[in-house]
Amino acid sequence: MSRPLRLAIIAFGFAFLYAPIALVVLYSFNASKLVTVWGGFSTRWYAALFANAQLMESAWVSFKVAFASATLATLLGTAAAFALARFGRFRSRLLFSSMIYAPLVMPEVIIGLSILLLLVALGVERGVWTVALAHATLTTCFVAVVVHARLLDFDRSLEEAAMDLGATPWTTFRTITLPLIAPSVAAGFLLAFTISLDDLVIASFTSGPGSTTLPMRIYSQVRLGVTPEINAVSTLLIGAVGGALLLVALALRPARGGRRGAGR
Amino acid sequence: MRARRRLTWGERLALGAPYAYLAVFFLAPFALIVKISLSRQALSIPPYEPVFDWAQGPAVWLDKARELGFDAWRALAADSLYLEAMGGSLAIAAASTLVAFLVGFPLALAIARSPERWRPLLVALAIAPFWTSFLIRIYAWIMILKDEGLLNHALMALGVIAAPLELFATRGAVVLGIVYSYLPFMILPLYAALDKQDAALREAAADLGASPFRVFLTVTLPLAMPGVFAGALLVFIPAVGEFVIPDLLGGSDMLMIGRQLWNEFFANRDWPTAAAVAIALLVLIVGPLTLYERGRVAGEGAP
Repeated sequence: MSRPLRLAIIAFGFAFLYAPIALVVLYSFNASKLVTVWGGFSTRWYAALFANAQLMESAWVSFKVAFASATLATLLGTAAAFALARFGRFRSRLLFSSMIYAPLVMPEVIIGLSILLLLVALGVERGVWTVALAHATLTTCFVAVVVHARLLDFDRSLEEAAMDLGATPWTTFRTITLPLIAPSVAAGFLLAFTISLDDLVIASFTSGPGSTTLPMRIYSQVRLGVTPEINAVSTLLIGAVGGALLLVALALRPARGGRRGAGR
Repeated sequence: MRARRRLTWGERLALGAPYAYLAVFFLAPFALIVKISLSRQALSIPPYEPVFDWAQGPAVWLDKARELGFDAWRALAADSLYLEAMGGSLAIAAASTLVAFLVGFPLALAIARSPERWRPLLVALAIAPFWTSFLIRIYAWIMILKDEGLLNHALMALGVIAAPLELFATRGAVVLGIVYSYLPFMILPLYAALDKQDAALREAAADLGASPFRVFLTVTLPLAMPGVFAGALLVFIPAVGEFVIPDLLGGSDMLMIGRQLWNEFFANRDWPTAAAVAIALLVLIVGPLTLYERGRVAGEGAP
């Protein structure tokens, strides 16, 4: 592939990927209410946004759900990653690993409907907690995949050295293993958090009165048409996720450098 | 692979907790979907009549089995709406997978042929949009594609077209939305397959007189096939069950199975039919899902 062709493909490819997002951000600062008319720079839609109590309330619901579900998913997903990476070929390993990977590609409408039917069968009242539990079902798998990848190229001689020096398994885990996998655990947490923050379908099935999440609110507004306020809330979300991504990238980078330095 | 060994109590907890959680919230509900799909719709809360009650005992179960409600299934088979929705989903998913490949392959190749120190950054940038809100990315395309949207406006201002093109609420818009949303799923496995190819193989082919095009066709592409396969599955499977994209970018007459499920549940409050549609959707993706699972297990065994 010649250099100009390669650069052209990359330029076009990234323009396709990023232009729509850039347009949303740009038009959130548009003073005009019409999407196609540029009325000058303004932050009036951000002011309108913060004055919109409904939107702010659902943003808070989304934050609570994302935090609770990401915490649960991080605990379960990290444990699952250890089981996959360290426990050898335990019985029903195939079922276990299928349950870990299947939700990654399972249609969200099915996950949402099936969990709702479970909640109804158990007679559980729907609310913030049920959405968080449902989200953790999906995001546990993402955490497991991220942490599992890190555990696979983990230098186990470090743990063996600690054990040889008399550390108990728990002390070894706390002082050697955990600090070494911490970046991937943190990355898993942030990914779980962003997925939960973004989910519309599963939340729609599993939320109850008073637990309308931000994507549900945005969805019902988007169906009615394009409004600058949605551009503003989108821009804030893009900024938040962009910040989280940067943290993930920073969290995962020292791990890679450390591995090279230690092992190879 | 190590041999089977006894797990410590701590390890059993680490295995048992996620196992139990996923069994309860992911696996068990599938049994419930089957059960509800055999129930009758009712005007109550929840809006279905249970057919089975586990507490009643086997004698009553047998009685009840005779009056199992196949209403939802009959409706599914009789109403061409559902068949059309399934066909529509498969067609849209197939078209989207093809377009995603045609867009994703050149980009993955261009990244794989870039100087080595740029590659990680380029791959990260190609994947990053996936992590920004899905809903917002679809919303961005509404803004662009609407009759009075940015693209029509720009084209009219430039004098390319006289009247707005009908872009929004079309099948093309849905395919575009799916390609845009799932492109990272296509690029990542393609890049992984292309990146690890040995350049010496291509050089050898070129030295033996093959044209660049022939090298691509006989060396690069065949070696990338595992990546093509993985990428195609990762786009196709979620596309079949997609709800948000056809709902927001497709016209109201656009039939897709995920959207049908949503409508049965939220608009018609017909839970038995929604459950039956969910099973139909599962059947549609079980083939590709098995292929994906087999590829994954094979990949897991390799290192």
